[in-house]
Amino acid sequence: MNQTANKSDCSGELEASLRVPLLALFGGAVIWLVVGLVLGLIAAIKFHAPEFLSACPLLTYGRVAPAANDAVLYGFCLPAGLGVMLWIFARLSQRPLALPVVPVVAAHLWHLGVLVGLGGILAGESTGHLWLEFPRAAAVLIFAAFLLVALSAAATFGWRRERNLYPSHWFLFAALLWFPWIYSTANLLLVSHTLPRGVVQPVIGWWFANNLIFVWLALMGIGTAFYFLPKIAGRSLASSGYALFGFLTLIFFGTWCGIPQSAPVPAWLPAASALGALLSVIPLLALALVAKKTVSGANVACLGGPFCFIKFGVLSFVLSGVLYVSQFCPRYSLILDFTWFGFGVTQWQLLGFAGMILMGAIYEILPKVMGQPLPFPKLARWNFFFFAGGVLLFVIPLLIGGVEQGMQWHDARVPFADASAVALKFLRVSTTGQLLVLLGSLCLLLNVFVMTIQWKLGLVKSVLAYLTSPLAASEVKP
Amino acid sequence: MKTGISIFIAAFVALGASWCGLVLAPSLQLGGAKETVVLQSADHWPQQRTGDATLGLQVYRASGCAACHTEQIRQTGVATEVTVTGLGAHQPDDFGAFVKSLFILPTLVEYTNAIAASLQGWHGELPRTLLTSANQQVVSEMANRLKAIGVKSETRIVPQGDDIIARGWGYRQSVAADYLYDQPVQLGGLRAGPDLSNIGVRMPDANWQWQHLYAPKSVVKTSTMPSFKFLFEVRPVGHVPSPDALKLAADFAPGPGLEVVPKPEARQLAAYLLSLKANVPLYEAPFTPVTAVK
Ligand code: HEC
Repeated sequence: MNQTANKSDCSGELEASLRVPLLALFGGAVIWLVVGLVLGLIAAIKFHAPEFLSACPLLTYGRVAPAANDAVLYGFCLPAGLGVMLWIFARLSQRPLALPVVPVVAAHLWHLGVLVGLGGILAGESTGHLWLEFPRAAAVLIFAAFLLVALSAAATFGWRRERNLYPSHWFLFAALLWFPWIYSTANLLLVSHTLPRGVVQPVIGWWFANNLIFVWLALMGIGTAFYFLPKIAGRSLASSGYALFGFLTLIFFGTWCGIPQSAPVPAWLPAASALGALLSVIPLLALALVAKKTVSGANVACLGGPFCFIKFGVLSFVLSGVLYVSQFCPRYSLILDFTWFGFGVTQWQLLGFAGMILMGAIYEILPKVMGQPLPFPKLARWNFFFFAGGVLLFVIPLLIGGVEQGMQWHDARVPFADASAVALKFLRVSTTGQLLVLLGSLCLLLNVFVMTIQWKLGLVKSVLAYLTSPLAASEVKP
Repeated sequence: MKTGISIFIAAFVALGASWCGLVLAPSLQLGGAKETVVLQSADHWPQQRTGDATLGLQVYRASGCAACHTEQIRQTGVATEVTVTGLGAHQPDDFGAFVKSLFILPTLVEYTNAIAASLQGWHGELPRTLLTSANQQVVSEMANRLKAIGVKSETRIVPQGDDIIARGWGYRQSVAADYLYDQPVQLGGLRAGPDLSNIGVRMPDANWQWQHLYAPKSVVKTSTMPSFKFLFEVRPVGHVPSPDALKLAADFAPGPGLEVVPKPEARQLAAYLLSLKANVPLYEAPFTPVTAVK
């Protein structure tokens, strides 16, 4: 990759080609993030006040909770990730986005799909499979939208001017292949008229969820971090060799996690996942090492800027990843399974890792593609502190509370209700964290929306100016 | 990784391998699963649900009960226990002395404390569990010694694990066969509430289920389960009060002249909950039903 080439002639054209697609992808994504966090907050409040909004079937806990998760994952992480990928592909290819209309159409299809999906869940049309709750119509829209974005990304990649591949390419390219495969498999098998028999259903669901939340988010998040960290630090990625090693071990080992140790399935399945989880520690450490070596000693004042977001994200990736794989250790799973621990880990992955990296990338990318600074740069910094503090406050009590809960279940003298009551104390703190996270996401929403509106006003103004201006002398025929 | 093709191949092989291992192989192994036979019986397992209970599963799915409830019992192993059921010609005291005389047996050395504890404060009440061990040989040795002196005993297979022993949520671990007819399977991943694999055995009364769904706090004071009032209809009492009307305490009743009756969804959901029973021993998950001892 040629670091200095962005200032070349094509740079302006490149950014302009991405303006509308990225606004469409990011704009919707940011709304879904806020929607998901609000739904998550509603779900959490129900634990403190079970009768809160309970009269309305649309907002019963069992619908709001999965809708909240899906809004954050499918509404925010995926489309925002796709937008960031398109930008990185164009940058690395050193050419404008290919087929720029296609991702604009895709973004609208995608957000429509999420709308249909969330509406479906709240209306009771959830499929009942974890992380695949969206009804069929929504899944079809999302799948088609992904293919369209992938088409544009692949075309940009295929017609690249800079032929050399960069580590981010491996990760992001694999991510493009991953999602259509896992999403089509899972939906064709689980969201069809004839479901597979019995426990094959959850097995496929676990395989899918692991490949999406652990592997896909890692491909997208680390691919993005490996582009921005060296860029912002003004140096090159520390070690391509380790990065390649991390990439290969991630896709070969990480894909085998996912089957809980207590699952009522033939014993070889959880055993395969336990082994995969153990080996997945290797890519976590290798990728952490690359990131560490890249940024250590870099003299960048970050103060809540994009660099902070992305560093926090990478740190979250490693820590949440280690906790994630530890759940597949047979000894720990006896205590951790079915407690709040697993929920906490997932939220850390979604918000602390993927969410942080994506927000950092959006703050870095948007001013470039829009050709103007952020409207509220201070809010962007507050966003970091709210979000980082919020995620930790949200997740850490869940982790500790989960362990505590698991230990109490083990003790026959403690009634179930008492063990749950202990967990409630931890939930109280974690709900405060959720509030902070929501506050942070509102800062992002404000920035993105004011920017969009300014741009639209600018467009209107220039059209008006064009219509009302007297003809230029050169255009007047003699 | 110099070219797009090599990334593509690496990703394809990696994901393809896990697809074959975790999607294709389980589908082939379990996709054709059939009913199994209940241990020491000719009954088949699992049984098809009734129409109402089948519909009730859809209410369970649509309401997202699985966000808070699992349907899955875990087990860490099985133990065998020997329970004395008849002393024959012996008196409790001399039986106790006999048992203590066995403590010199090398097989029992590890268990002397546990056995002594099981006879603590015992005055001859039967049945009495004498010894529990994961080692079947130890247990059968004990059973043989008892038989030799004419004491009647039974050996039972008792699954171990917190869900079964500490929580009392089930009789044995859940196995793949239990879910054969579930569409969709609702294993659940979080236990904000108790496991429901055996709720049909634990709470076999549809009226209790309705009352609990309508107002959880009316039956479990400290409950944090949200109410599902929208599955019920509040209506004026007719000439004859509806036989299904919930008998609610004053705090939870809708007011004078009104009654609460379950909508069809609530009926179906209760039928489904009552159908949740994993209380028969299977080849892959054996246990000795408790009734055999009593
Ligand atoms: C927000 C979490 C939550 C949701 C959603 C939820 N429950 Fe519960 N459930 C609980 C808690 C907590 C308890 C324990 C306290 C109690 O018995 O009320 C419980 C207890 C129960 C019990 C009694 C179990 C026992 O062993 O006594 C049944 C039956 C039950 N729930 C059924 C359901 C059904 C059916 C649904 C869906 C319509 C549902 N629950 C949805 C939290 C939940």
